[in-house]
Amino acid sequence: MDINDLRSIVTVGGLLCFLAIVGWAYGKGSKKGFEEAANLPFAEHDDEDVVPSASHPR
Amino acid sequence: MSGTQTTYNDKVVRQFAVMTVIWGIVGMLVGVIIAAQLVWPELNIGWLHFGRLRPLHTNAVIFAFGGCALFATSYWCVQRTGHTRLWGGPLIPFTFWGWQIVILLAAVSLPLGITTGKEYAELEWPIDILITLVWVSYGLVFFGTIAKRTVSHIYVANWFFGAMIVAVALLHLVNSCEVPVGFLRSYSCYAGVQDAMIQWWYGHNAVGFFLTAGFLGMMYYFVPKQAGRPVYSYRLSVVHFWALIFTYMWAGPHHLHYTALPDWTQSVGMIFSLILLAPSWGGMINGIMTLSGAWHKLRDDPILKFLITSLSFYGMSTFEGPMMSIKTVNALSHYTDWTVGHVHSGALGWVAMVSIGSMYYLLPRLFGKAEMFSTKLITVHFWIATIGTVLYIAATWISGVMQGLMWRAVNTDGTLAYSFVESVKGSYPFWAIRWLGGVLFLTGMLIMAYNMFKTMAGGNTKDVPVVAAVAHHA
Repeated sequence: MDINDLRSIVTVGGLLCFLAIVGWAYGKGSKKGFEEAANLPFAEHDDEDVVPSASHPR
Repeated sequence: MSGTQTTYNDKVVRQFAVMTVIWGIVGMLVGVIIAAQLVWPELNIGWLHFGRLRPLHTNAVIFAFGGCALFATSYWCVQRTGHTRLWGGPLIPFTFWGWQIVILLAAVSLPLGITTGKEYAELEWPIDILITLVWVSYGLVFFGTIAKRTVSHIYVANWFFGAMIVAVALLHLVNSCEVPVGFLRSYSCYAGVQDAMIQWWYGHNAVGFFLTAGFLGMMYYFVPKQAGRPVYSYRLSVVHFWALIFTYMWAGPHHLHYTALPDWTQSVGMIFSLILLAPSWGGMINGIMTLSGAWHKLRDDPILKFLITSLSFYGMSTFEGPMMSIKTVNALSHYTDWTVGHVHSGALGWVAMVSIGSMYYLLPRLFGKAEMFSTKLITVHFWIATIGTVLYIAATWISGVMQGLMWRAVNTDGTLAYSFVESVKGSYPFWAIRWLGGVLFLTGMLIMAYNMFKTMAGGNTKDVPVVAAVAHHA
């Protein structure tokens, strides 16, 4: 196995890793956590008027 | 730790925010001067000629203006979304004062001609060491604060800021590898085409991580805050983040098309640059669509105008960039003003406008005011800055394409149709328009400084208590 095989493995591995991240991000399991995270900026003194709900149900 | 006992550390944010405006004026003033030097060559006086001032301009706007904006916004964002005080004790003021000293050393050494000759990495080795110390401290403060956050999630803006800090550290260390041959002189560790490739791996990722990832962090915090609603799609923001991380690192070779760089490397750079269009536009759409259902806010909120217009320019320049990386297009655009126009559509339209919008959000809050001294002046600033940017980029596009066409034109016998100086002559009117665009943009910054000092007057700089995190129920 020469270094170019290693390079190919890293490239393909990188792509698979990225596709796995996309699958995870759009999977059902991550929805609730993402909604919580998306509302993190809205817990401040000046946010009383902001409705901290998931206004974007995506 | 109870939320009522600790306060946020806003002192360092205040310092960096004010210096963002000050360095913005300084850096853009130098830009206006060198633009004037192209129109009126007699302005090239002594040491203060174009060749010495141009790196001063780029360093001042990127690292002084942009850098201070990144420090200010990341320190604010990481505390607010982590619901904790900044970690780091003396390291925190060191990042501020250390960074200011780096800027002052650049302002002295570059006009004196002390330079490594590497674009955007001109500073000599003693300054490089100081940059490293400041940057490592910045990383410790930022990730130390992430580690002691009182909420479970790390908000997406912090991922972008964190990636910026890690990538810039890596880029700076690798590209600044140099052999000192005296106190103010050094030679690169690399030679020939490897040196060029490492330089543009650095150069393009300085764009990708310093000027993009960091400012996207700004976008993901300040656009939702100013719009008063969460980001359009958090899922998209996660994919946006990782897509940028996986692709940006390989785009650098497009700076070296048709050079001694191996052809396949150039092609790899071109293909990755084309792929970059997808995550860039994903991020832009995510930011702009955050306003969906609240478009009316854009009508009378000049801060939102700045933020959303910055995203439009981001979309425009991230479309233009991949197109210019195509070899045949690059054959026309490279070494012309088109490149300069492209950079400024990103630098003025995207980086500066998103920073200005974020500063207008921060400044009143940092000085205990409900809003800026004058909202009307923000609107004036917005229109002056937008007109200035459009004038600048339109003028350099036209002169750039003209230069490219003139340089490649050949007569039937194969000789060049135009001498170089004829293309210079043809560029004059456009350089004057570009100078005018720069003057307008600088004028906007002066209005901002007036507005800022008026807002600061009689301001309250008492630190506010950390808000205890409450779980939101969707």
